[in-house]
Amino acid sequence: MDEMLRQVEPLIPALRRYARSLLRDRAGADDLVQDCLERAISRWSQRRDGEVRSWLFAILHNLAIDRFRRAATRGAHVPIDDAGESDVSEAAVQEQNLMYRDVMVRLASLPEDQRAVLLLVAVEDLSYAEAAKVLDIPVGTVMSRLSRGRERLQQEIEGVVRAPTRTVSLRSVT
Amino acid sequence: MNQRPITEDDLHGYVDQALPPERRAEVASYLDAHPDVGKRIAGFVDQRRILRAALAPVAEEPVPARLNLSRMIESRRRHVPIRWAVAAMLLLCIGGAFGWDLHGSLQPAPGGLAALAQEASDSFNVYAPDHVRPVEMRASDRAELVEWVSSRLHRAVKVPDLSPSGYRLMGGRLIATSHGPAAMFMYNNDRGSRIVMLTRPMNSTDQNAPMTPRSNGDVAGFSWADGGTGYSIVGQAPADVLKPLADAVRKQINSI
Repeated sequence: MDEMLRQVEPLIPALRRYARSLLRDRAGADDLVQDCLERAISRWSQRRDGEVRSWLFAILHNLAIDRFRRAATRGAHVPIDDAGESDVSEAAVQEQNLMYRDVMVRLASLPEDQRAVLLLVAVEDLSYAEAAKVLDIPVGTVMSRLSRGRERLQQEIEGVVRAPTRTVSLRSVT
Repeated sequence: MNQRPITEDDLHGYVDQALPPERRAEVASYLDAHPDVGKRIAGFVDQRRILRAALAPVAEEPVPARLNLSRMIESRRRHVPIRWAVAAMLLLCIGGAFGWDLHGSLQPAPGGLAALAQEASDSFNVYAPDHVRPVEMRASDRAELVEWVSSRLHRAVKVPDLSPSGYRLMGGRLIATSHGPAAMFMYNNDRGSRIVMLTRPMNSTDQNAPMTPRSNGDVAGFSWADGGTGYSIVGQAPADVLKPLADAVRKQINSI
């Protein structure tokens, strides 16, 4: 277990960041990380060597998906413009950079699968192969989701800059 | 020049700084020569930088106490023997239930407050040591939780707020009892100490009953009933900790 502590503890900040960027709710995201760590402790002996980071991200990602599905089957609303979004960008706002906040809102409007790839690759620095392992999809699918996610986010960002009123009126529809 | 054609994957590899230096240089000169593509890729590079900067503060936050990994490992170690203790306690409860059956055959009031208290401490023994899923629905889904248990209990169930006493709501679940469904709510404090509150309709006996203490080993609690609904709050804590919590619960339920 000392070995586990040594390998897993340094990854906790990144796990929190990934959970927060998926859920945009501080307490909910930390609940997810807590569940992830509990599972990691109980399944430590089942991991494959040398894959601790992608193994942990996979546990976390699957917990997040379960949670989304549970919320969806209960018919719960997970509104895009929920106040929870402020959690993720709180610090950014303190830096008085509204652009960050805006990008996080745009990011939230991406389809879940594209968002996950973009976050794992661009923010968490997972290799394409590691991201494929986390999401249990072929590398080719990672690449196409990454490409679509980037294009779409870029359109969103540029759309905001060029025609803010138009995108705001569209937001409630998406 | 006999250069491999630049692919879309190469462009993303360039954005993510995942290319070997030689290939990176090839992509860079391609981008110089094709300003339209260059502009698009520069946008992606910018996007990546903004995403990282926007999310960086999350990773820099101090890690909350409940995600302290060494403590989590430690408590799991401690809980392995405790699992056996729980098993033993359940056996005792079964023994106790037999005893209670005998008692019940002599006494004409089974299913009253004592049964409720027993159900609460059983729930505590089963769910409080659970580190994987102590509650089925978390506090973040509080509204749904309340709606769910209220619909099953056929009455408006109220979740007391014990945060002024230092106990946060973790969440809850529906519990099966021999007197029908009961709602269980679990709370914990900063030291990870958990308490359980159980509430359900009282069938026929003890529709109204004064607050009564009960202890079972080191699990203690207080139970009462008001207007046909029973409440029991239990935990591995001394009575002088639990009593004010029970009082707070009662006060809130009567005033909400």
